[in-house]
Amino acid sequence: MPVIQVENLRKVYGDVVAVDNVSFQVNEGEIFGMVGPNGAGKTTTIECIEGLRRPDGGDVHTLDLNPQTDGYALRERIGVQPQESALSDRVRVWEALDLYASFYRRSVDLNSLMEQLGLTEKSKAYFDKLSGGQKQRLSIALALVNDPELIFLDELTTGLDPQARRVMWDLVKNVRDKGKTVFLTTHYMEEAELLCDRVAIMDQGRIVAMDTPDNLIRDLGVDTRIVFTIDGDLEMDSLRALDGVSRVERSSEHIVVYGQGETLVGNVVNALTANGVRLRDLRTEQPTLEDVFLNLTGREMRD
Amino acid sequence: MLVELKLFLREPEAFFFTLIFPMIMLFVFGSVYGNKPSEFYGGHGSVDVSVPAYMGIIIAMTGLVSIPISVATDREKGVLRRLRTTPVRPQTILMSWVMVYFLVTVMGALLLVVAGKIFYNLRFEGNVLYVFFAFVLSVFGFVALGFVIASLARTARSANIIGMVLFFPMIFFSGATIPWQILPKGVKAVARALPMTYVVRLLQGLWFAEPWSKQLTSVAVLAGMLIIGVLVSAKIFRWE
Repeated sequence: MPVIQVENLRKVYGDVVAVDNVSFQVNEGEIFGMVGPNGAGKTTTIECIEGLRRPDGGDVHTLDLNPQTDGYALRERIGVQPQESALSDRVRVWEALDLYASFYRRSVDLNSLMEQLGLTEKSKAYFDKLSGGQKQRLSIALALVNDPELIFLDELTTGLDPQARRVMWDLVKNVRDKGKTVFLTTHYMEEAELLCDRVAIMDQGRIVAMDTPDNLIRDLGVDTRIVFTIDGDLEMDSLRALDGVSRVERSSEHIVVYGQGETLVGNVVNALTANGVRLRDLRTEQPTLEDVFLNLTGREMRD
Repeated sequence: MLVELKLFLREPEAFFFTLIFPMIMLFVFGSVYGNKPSEFYGGHGSVDVSVPAYMGIIIAMTGLVSIPISVATDREKGVLRRLRTTPVRPQTILMSWVMVYFLVTVMGALLLVVAGKIFYNLRFEGNVLYVFFAFVLSVFGFVALGFVIASLARTARSANIIGMVLFFPMIFFSGATIPWQILPKGVKAVARALPMTYVVRLLQGLWFAEPWSKQLTSVAVLAGMLIIGVLVSAKIFRWE
């Protein structure tokens, strides 16, 4: 029983087809990401699934409900973190949580929610005095206040510093580990790779690829590069013979090994150690979802 | 609803204007003109005539300025949009806004009355219930107007501008600030098209125990504004 089922979704704004015949499904307990550049149609899609927007064509079923006709029933069971949403400047953290909790029939213990999200210290603080990271944490808290089965996160970490982003990622993983399903959109490929169980790459209103990040990268068939410097000498053929290696290039003591497979790096390092060769400055360059996107669309992700 | 009220109280500017400004007017004009009965006001003191009029200012402030600005600001910030993702019904939100603004307006009016009584020996000749009813009608009428403005304005800034543009002429031409008796003919003609004029007339009339039969136009205008305002804003209100 998929948690979200979308078939032939279509949404048009005037002349622009924002979402063009999009179909996919999301399963219970997974973190599913819609990835793509800004303007790809991700937010429109997520809003159609949430019930905030009315599709022009296609079928959407969220938690087996129709988001348009069963909107209120659906909202009891989902949590939504919209892309740009702020709260009134001078509302206190606990007040906002209390207010939102009052909208639902069921809500979690607010104190423990604040604790989980590291907001207890700031419970009396005014919204406009919070840092960007704290605002985002409050934003997630508001989406979790009713202990939803399904959570929507639209552009979770836009504008956050790297540390705050990591905190967010851990939080999302925690939520999934509790058995909830997470549907997120992002334009950060790195985020999608790290976080999502499955990913749908979206561009100009269409889904251009959908699979696990690992599969997508592997299917790309692009080699991983392992770059390092050696002290001592080594026959390149011994490296070439290793499992997964496709090519080895050398320029005096700088070596680049091309290959594929999970065990590639391990094999190379082991081989070097076994031969008593010391290596320095080891660097691995792997293809990323960005490369997948580039390959599929011929364009780079504009970030 | 409590949260909304607290929020309002924390906006010092709004608080000041709505509650304090009319008080200032009261004290300024009160000290200048006193409150002795005079022929000019048909046998009433200037403060007696002014207090109901200043209530009109409070009502206008709420309806034309406070509501449009705060609603449009919330919309702009995405506050309203986020509320739409929860099971809360739109009616609940609207009602809580209306209640808050109503309470604030009543508080302002009460403050005026109390100050008038204490400092200027305010005289009241009407029926409290009647005046209260008229007050409620006026408030709701202007609240409805406020939501229409909030629906029409695209940004918080334009809500601000529209509100101000409507507010100042309305309070100056309607007899709410400058007494009706002083206004030149031309202004009076314009004033007949302004809803605030009818608020002032209605409140003053009932304050001095004029019969309801004399207030029919005012009541009709305000009730009409209320009904039309509610219908229009229900149709065009935008949550984002």
